[in-house]
Amino acid sequence: MTVYKLTRFFNKKTTSFIKSIYYRNLSSATSVSDRASFPGYKGEFSTELQFIYPENNAQIQCYRVMNRKGVVIDPSHEPKFDNESLLKMYKNMNLLSKFDMIMYEAQRQGRISFYMQNHGETAAQIGSAAALDPQDLIFAQYRESGVLLYRGFTIQQCCDQIFGNSNGSCKGKQMPVHYGSKELNFVTISSPLATQIPQAAGAAYAFKRNQNGLCVITYFGEGAASEGDAQVAMNFAAVFDVPLIFFCRNNGYAISTPVKEQYRGDGIAARGPAFGMVTIRVDGNDLFAVYNATRAARQIAVKESRPVLIEAMTYRLGHHSTSDDSTAYRSVDEINLWEKDDNPMNRFRNYLHNKGILTKEMESEMDAEHKRIILECMTKAERTKYCKPTEMFLDVYDKPTDLILKQQKELLEHLKTHKEHYPMNSYEKL
Amino acid sequence: MLVKNLTKVSQLLINSKSQIRHASAFKFAPDTAPAELGETTKMNLCQSVTNAMDISLSQDKSAVVFGEDVAFGGVFRCTVGLRDKYGKDRVFNTPLAEQGIAAFGIGLAAAGATAIAEIQFADYIFPAFDQIVNEAAKFRYRSGNLFDCGKLTIRTPTGAVGHGALYHSQSVEAFFAHSPGLKVVVPRSPIQTKGLLLSSIRDPNPVIFFEPKILYRQAVENVPVKDYEIPLGKAEVLMEGSDVTIVSWGTQVHVVKEVANIVKEKLNISCEVIDLRTIVPWDYETVCNSVSKTGRLIISHEANVTMGFGAEIAAFVQKECFLNLEAPVERVAGYDIPSIPHVYEAFFMPDKWKCIEAVKRVVNF
Repeated sequence: MTVYKLTRFFNKKTTSFIKSIYYRNLSSATSVSDRASFPGYKGEFSTELQFIYPENNAQIQCYRVMNRKGVVIDPSHEPKFDNESLLKMYKNMNLLSKFDMIMYEAQRQGRISFYMQNHGETAAQIGSAAALDPQDLIFAQYRESGVLLYRGFTIQQCCDQIFGNSNGSCKGKQMPVHYGSKELNFVTISSPLATQIPQAAGAAYAFKRNQNGLCVITYFGEGAASEGDAQVAMNFAAVFDVPLIFFCRNNGYAISTPVKEQYRGDGIAARGPAFGMVTIRVDGNDLFAVYNATRAARQIAVKESRPVLIEAMTYRLGHHSTSDDSTAYRSVDEINLWEKDDNPMNRFRNYLHNKGILTKEMESEMDAEHKRIILECMTKAERTKYCKPTEMFLDVYDKPTDLILKQQKELLEHLKTHKEHYPMNSYEKL
Repeated sequence: MLVKNLTKVSQLLINSKSQIRHASAFKFAPDTAPAELGETTKMNLCQSVTNAMDISLSQDKSAVVFGEDVAFGGVFRCTVGLRDKYGKDRVFNTPLAEQGIAAFGIGLAAAGATAIAEIQFADYIFPAFDQIVNEAAKFRYRSGNLFDCGKLTIRTPTGAVGHGALYHSQSVEAFFAHSPGLKVVVPRSPIQTKGLLLSSIRDPNPVIFFEPKILYRQAVENVPVKDYEIPLGKAEVLMEGSDVTIVSWGTQVHVVKEVANIVKEKLNISCEVIDLRTIVPWDYETVCNSVSKTGRLIISHEANVTMGFGAEIAAFVQKECFLNLEAPVERVAGYDIPSIPHVYEAFFMPDKWKCIEAVKRVVNF
């Protein structure tokens, strides 16, 4: 059938319409330059029936600055810190590791109910914290105590929260390690995993509208990244172009679950580009690599107003928590190997030794000093009473509702006659 | 042939129409706004929602309105014109993810912005349940008041609509009433909606605001133009009576108002009708005072009866008003089946006939 023949059956207008369809179809069948223009995809068509096999894609490489011995590989990547800043970072790492050990023991002795160590992840914590503006808002998971310490949270504040006393940041309402600090811009931690990630996107949107030159950072583990909230957060952040840094601590395990049972893709980093996000994978045991990446990410987030994903590869050297014995699902040999060969603190310590910034004498002084501080704070926290029992009725709402006040009255009435059955001495006087 | 088909089609239309008419068997009786609120203009419920958000957006530069499809005006037309007036950074669509919408709102509020989130249907609020119950509700409490998300309001259409079936009909307020830290509000009319929504947006606590979607267009009344608030946590006695107290909220208020009129006229029974308005914190004082006077209580809601909010009211009142009660507390509510099976809606609903029977039972007990 030719275009000419068609004209016999249709009027002129119809003919030109049919002509246009005819030529369009003709060109699409023969021309490769015809591009797809679906609302959801604009790009090239292909006549090959070809599936994407992710295993054929190159893995996202892992950025590092120092090798395992603490030697900088490419000097142009060495951050320009003065000695004081370097020592501050090391002190925080040291303090945190001592604190971890002492709290772990305290839990074992039944002095505190629960604790979660940071062992193996201190470089990722301190390196990223150092790259942020102190005003940047942090939404954390729970294994980021180093970030908070670096910002100026004191060991006393940690102890007060852990012991749940009246000075604690949450007034004894949450489990240990669920820190928060308004003045240090560290949003109070909660146990439900990944919930903080899309919240961080919302906060970043508010920052973007305020044009305050700040960004938001959210930390999470690779296990939490499996939650729906993580996908939602990445998508929202990308769609709304918010200044948000996603900082994933990929430490190989979610409690007992190894990454092989967590995902099949190229870690968490590979998901970034899928959401349209700027992405990098870094050696999380390399403080400088983490610092450089976070600093650059911050620049991108704030200047270009778009989210950035950092996946810091590391290894959880400690147990998941004090309620977990990790040798039930991984070998002691495996742990020891990482402890010896790829320990982020040793790496940074070696760097400082090589530079002559840190000496053995300084280290042992620091150890003793930190131990002293921690024990002092712990003793003080232990001796500080809990808030009054009626504190538990506060902060449910901005003001207690009539019903809550009625229930508080019921408790007070009850305690009038039965207080001998309650641990009144541990609490401030009613 | 063609004529025959046409007849069939029109018959179908008539059938479906009559079905819808039957299911929404309530009479919306407009209220008169208090004179002190000044000038009024005719609005349906969705226009009153828009009007409240318009006022909020104009007064509070941090306020943003977001959700699925809100940019073009919303699937129920509650956000019409707001994007043009306030800009696309303040009235915007989100990706289709309820947990994200709730969380995004929490984050905005935690950072100090006023967040007005929309969940397209209350039936679809469950993906956000974790964010609402574990996060929004406990945000202030768990941080010892260091942080809060009190500037968050979640609006969502609720209730039966005649043909909404299982996922466009649910009344889910009781799920949230069980979660301390949230406020839960259900208005009955455009005047109420505007005042209660403005209070909800300004309340320093996260609020879930359920909008009875069948009223969006059907409920029209003269709504004050100016900015006004109706306090949260306060019920309203709509009709004073001496024999039976009937408590309800949302669309069902109109059903029980009609019931009160019918039983007054036909049986000479005097009902006191209370619109609870706020589910949490609920105004037990107004309800208990009324029951102490009447001695009889009926609670009516569309949601399933077991563990519906009526159960809480019934239990509370029997304890506080035990000596005043002349009859068992009655609940006229949805049956304990998924609400609402499509073609059975007329039978499912706690309609006026079921309520009238309940009135007879408590009076004759």
